[in-house]
Amino acid sequence: MKDSEIKRLLSAHIFCVFSIILTTVVPSLFLENFSVLGTHLTWLCICSICVTIVNIILYIIFKPNPSSKRISFAHKVTRFLKCCVYFFISCILFHGIIVLYGAPLIESVLETFLFAVLLSTFTTLQCLCMLGPNIQAWIRVFSKNGAMSIWDNSLQITTMCSIVGAWLGAFPIPLDWDRPWQIWPISCSLGATFGYVAGLIIAPLWIYWNRKKLTYKSR
Amino acid sequence: MRLRSGVFAAGCLLVQGLGVGLFLRGFFPLPVRSLPRRENRGGQPAEPPPGPGVTSNWTKIPSPLFKKVVIVLIDALRDDFVFGSKGKQFMPYTTQLVEKGTCHSFIAEAKPPTVTMPRIKALMTGSIPGFIDVIMNLNSPALLEDNLILQAKTAGKRIIFYGDDTWVKLFPKHFMEYDGTTSFFVSDYTEVDDNVTRHLDTILKREDWDILILHYLGLDHIGHLTGPNSPLVGPKLYEMDNILKKIHTSLLLKEGEASLPNLLIVCGDHGMSETGSHGGSSEEEVHTPLLFISSAFEKRNSPLKHPELMQQTDIAATLAIGLGLPISRNSVGNIIFSVIERKTMREQLRFLHLNGFQLSRLLQENMPTYEKDPGFEHFKVAEKSHGNWIKLYLEGNNSEILLNLGKKVLKQYLEALKLLSSSLSKQVAQYDVYSMTVGTVIVLEVLLLLLLSMPKALSSRAEFEIPLSPPLFSLLFYLMCLMLCAVHVIVCTSAESSCYFCNISWLMAVGVMMLISALMCVILSTFGKMLENPKLPAKNPVVSNSSWSELDVLILAGTIGHVVSLGASSFIEEEHQTWYFLINTLCLALCQEICRNYFLVKECDPQITAVKPNFEDTEETAQSRNVDIPLCDSKLGKVTSSDEFIKGSEKWMALASPWIILICCRLLRSLNQTGIQWAHRPDFGHWLTSSEHKAVLSLLAAISLVMIFILVQRRCSLVSKIAMAFGLLGVYSYRAAIGNVVFPWQQDSKDISKGIIEARFVYVFVLGIIFTGVKDLLKSQVISADCRAKRIGLWEVYSGLVLLAALLFRPHNLPVLVFSLLIQTIMTRCIWKPLKLDAAQITIMHYWFGQAFFYFQGNSNSIATVDVSAGFVGLDNYAEIPAIFLTGFATYAGPLLWAIHLLCYLSSEVSRSSAAMGHGCFCYALICSIPVTVYIILVTALRYHLFIWSVFSPKLLYEGVRVFITAAVCMSFTAMDQNQAQKIQD
Repeated sequence: MKDSEIKRLLSAHIFCVFSIILTTVVPSLFLENFSVLGTHLTWLCICSICVTIVNIILYIIFKPNPSSKRISFAHKVTRFLKCCVYFFISCILFHGIIVLYGAPLIESVLETFLFAVLLSTFTTLQCLCMLGPNIQAWIRVFSKNGAMSIWDNSLQITTMCSIVGAWLGAFPIPLDWDRPWQIWPISCSLGATFGYVAGLIIAPLWIYWNRKKLTYKSR
Repeated sequence: MRLRSGVFAAGCLLVQGLGVGLFLRGFFPLPVRSLPRRENRGGQPAEPPPGPGVTSNWTKIPSPLFKKVVIVLIDALRDDFVFGSKGKQFMPYTTQLVEKGTCHSFIAEAKPPTVTMPRIKALMTGSIPGFIDVIMNLNSPALLEDNLILQAKTAGKRIIFYGDDTWVKLFPKHFMEYDGTTSFFVSDYTEVDDNVTRHLDTILKREDWDILILHYLGLDHIGHLTGPNSPLVGPKLYEMDNILKKIHTSLLLKEGEASLPNLLIVCGDHGMSETGSHGGSSEEEVHTPLLFISSAFEKRNSPLKHPELMQQTDIAATLAIGLGLPISRNSVGNIIFSVIERKTMREQLRFLHLNGFQLSRLLQENMPTYEKDPGFEHFKVAEKSHGNWIKLYLEGNNSEILLNLGKKVLKQYLEALKLLSSSLSKQVAQYDVYSMTVGTVIVLEVLLLLLLSMPKALSSRAEFEIPLSPPLFSLLFYLMCLMLCAVHVIVCTSAESSCYFCNISWLMAVGVMMLISALMCVILSTFGKMLENPKLPAKNPVVSNSSWSELDVLILAGTIGHVVSLGASSFIEEEHQTWYFLINTLCLALCQEICRNYFLVKECDPQITAVKPNFEDTEETAQSRNVDIPLCDSKLGKVTSSDEFIKGSEKWMALASPWIILICCRLLRSLNQTGIQWAHRPDFGHWLTSSEHKAVLSLLAAISLVMIFILVQRRCSLVSKIAMAFGLLGVYSYRAAIGNVVFPWQQDSKDISKGIIEARFVYVFVLGIIFTGVKDLLKSQVISADCRAKRIGLWEVYSGLVLLAALLFRPHNLPVLVFSLLIQTIMTRCIWKPLKLDAAQITIMHYWFGQAFFYFQGNSNSIATVDVSAGFVGLDNYAEIPAIFLTGFATYAGPLLWAIHLLCYLSSEVSRSSAAMGHGCFCYALICSIPVTVYIILVTALRYHLFIWSVFSPKLLYEGVRVFITAAVCMSFTAMDQNQAQKIQD
């Protein structure tokens, strides 16, 4: 079962990575003066939207945790609305954490918030797609030995990589190099993006190397 | 020898303190200073007596050689800008003067740090300012030591200054007229110079001045912008050349027949490196041109040879003689002989004697063994022959013999001056590498020993067996001792510069050598033992868990990351950011740990994690989880409801507490904006201290004091509760008395006093509370009563220190104290309790928070943020020892209070094993000594870095002081630990 699953995972992740690469290149064809550093806010928006769309498409195509039961349309709608609310809450939460880390409270609110949105798309959105608006499942996945499928494992890895990437991205800010990418929040969002991409690439490989050791408890 | 780990750590830190002290002494050589006895200052010496009982008739300072002096200081003027091809191309007038005019040209060598302020000091005082100077006059930017400008002003000379406003800061009241330009905008290189030049036309027409100083900044700015080879340099040099031409011609016009000639001096304060920066000690940075232009000099007819090399400090002495002023007392410079070579022999000798006399007096005051100094001996000989020469001269002997004898005396004087000034400069200019090395070796060995002993010292026994006797009787030890002593002898006999470690008595030196080799042998034998039975490291509780928790990873990564970041100057400037970042992450990690603790206990419930065999069937997983959790909840629901309620509230408290701590930290962060890059940002502290917001500040201070009382009193005895309340009232009235805050009933502005009575009132209570605490501690130790007396005693000592901190902190910083107490309370109650962390982990977290609070108080790694005013609280006038103690306490209050709180916490936890105190002490020592050791090595490697004086040295001082404070903390840990150990034995 695993090899085919891993292949599916890999293809999904490669699709994601390509979409992120495209967001840095394609908009410059349509928008004047577009560059990741120069018009960073635009890029943040585009990247978030693009990753959102790609994730939803992937979710529809692959259905990592498909349920056998038939779900009514109304149920689906409430589920979707719940997801939106959760996503928004996670944006606010990330924003709060970023401010607690020392981002300015009032000035450059937009930058901070867009960075929070980007982080949410990298982390929360995926969880919402894979696990649904189900907090208990989240807690299970993010506890030790809680993964029950390779999708859960990949979720763990990508989420952790994005957050660690954003965390590491804060380090160059105090350096006095006066580079354009040291301006808030460019280094952090770039760090998060690199972390996410790295996570996407590492996850299938890691699962492949450890496929013998990974046994999933399930019911 | 078997030692408890607390004792062992304290001992190690004491040895490390010795090493750090030695390193600091080598790194910051004491400046050459004349003794500050102003009244004892004799006048200028007369000419040496021609014979016993006879005095010469020249007893006054000789009259000036020049009427007006113009000093043109061009910032960052490198020697090749004048003497090289650039000079020939762009400075035609100056080149012509140098080659054919009445001009003496030299290359003046500047001593590092080649930055403007110390260089101006060197030019005007003739001394070599070191880093210690910056600390010595922390309060006043004005130059307080004897200097040329001061002497000129007292002699009634009228001085005018235009240019860099560093001068105006250094000499605030000395100039008759000045216009300072700031060098703030480096990108501006025309305006700064135009602001100087615009005064030139009027000033050159006027007659009412004696000294004119012009400091041009433009060239330096060009250097910083585009480097020495940029196309902007040429036009700038041309502009300077035109200015020099203008000044020189107008000076020549002014010279009447009868009056004295005028003098124009052109110099640079420092050069610039090939990249355009400066501060280091490369040849391009230290070599600056120096031109003396005056009609008094002989016209040069031979083409210019390579200019002679001089010291920058020589200018002060030469100018003093030229203007007929006494040479400044701390000057180490020699008079430049060519300037006076056209004077009569008697005058020349007189000048040289004045210079030599001043230098030898400085040497006497700074060197205990001055009589053996060759320069001093030479000077004495020369002085004697000078006397003989005067005797002959006064007798009217005017022959060839007199001239030859004079020349001989002259030569003797010049030789003596050179020797004197070189032995004086040696004391200050160089790093004392030998002392530094010895210090580093000691510090490094101690760290190694601490690291090697970690597995054993952190084991449950908390004891460490120092293998003392086998290494001490080994051959290696004696061989090493011998070898090190031999090295010591060789280094000290061949050393060119003065060395502190060579100057201490040989008994002490041998003692240090034995210490080094003993440490080395102990390390080796410990290492050998570890290799023999490699099972030992497994006993380390941190490592023993096969998988590390996230918290352990974070602690390790944070420590390593912080240590690595010390290598970058920006990270040192912004070190507070590192700590804030780390404690934020720590809080989040704690939050995760708490979540796991409360939520995942259920997951481990065997009924739920019962493994179902259908691995393939992943379909129903999500749903089944959904079903499982309510099931589990309903099971828990069977537990008695009241118990659950308590547990529930506890759980939510625990879950909320990291967030509360995070919010506290964020608030504190915006209280004091520190560091360099963002220091100018508006912060809450500045808003509070501005006079319009006095009412808010008063309210805040009052609330903070009440909060402090509420948070501290809960564990005090009744007596100290009352004392605390009175003490805090006293703090408020002290602040009201000195006018920081107002009482609500106090409408009109009362006259401001020094608040001595109020402050002393508080001191009484501080001492009282600490005394009660110590009494309780002693009682619990002697009578070996219950633990409770000891706990209360410790807490009382702690609260006494809190009261002292409340008195010393500025009122807008009182919230820092409140939040620190609040966070400590929250952590003790809600975080440590459920998590059951290791003593080592708790110690390291306390250390991190202590570090963060050091910066929350508004400290930074620059000397400027030390709040010196804390040293004057309750003191009538400056008393050195209390002032140093109070300032030190106020500065390090954050780390200290957190360390003492750790002590209170660890000793009050009954559930903890007896080893906890030892573990805590050991960890505290280790975590403090790692950054110090690494930093010392880094600083040694970076000692020629551009920012060594501005960034690295202050941090080194802070780290050095921290070692001593940590040693004190560890000692108190050990005292408590010892106490506990005795009780266990009973």
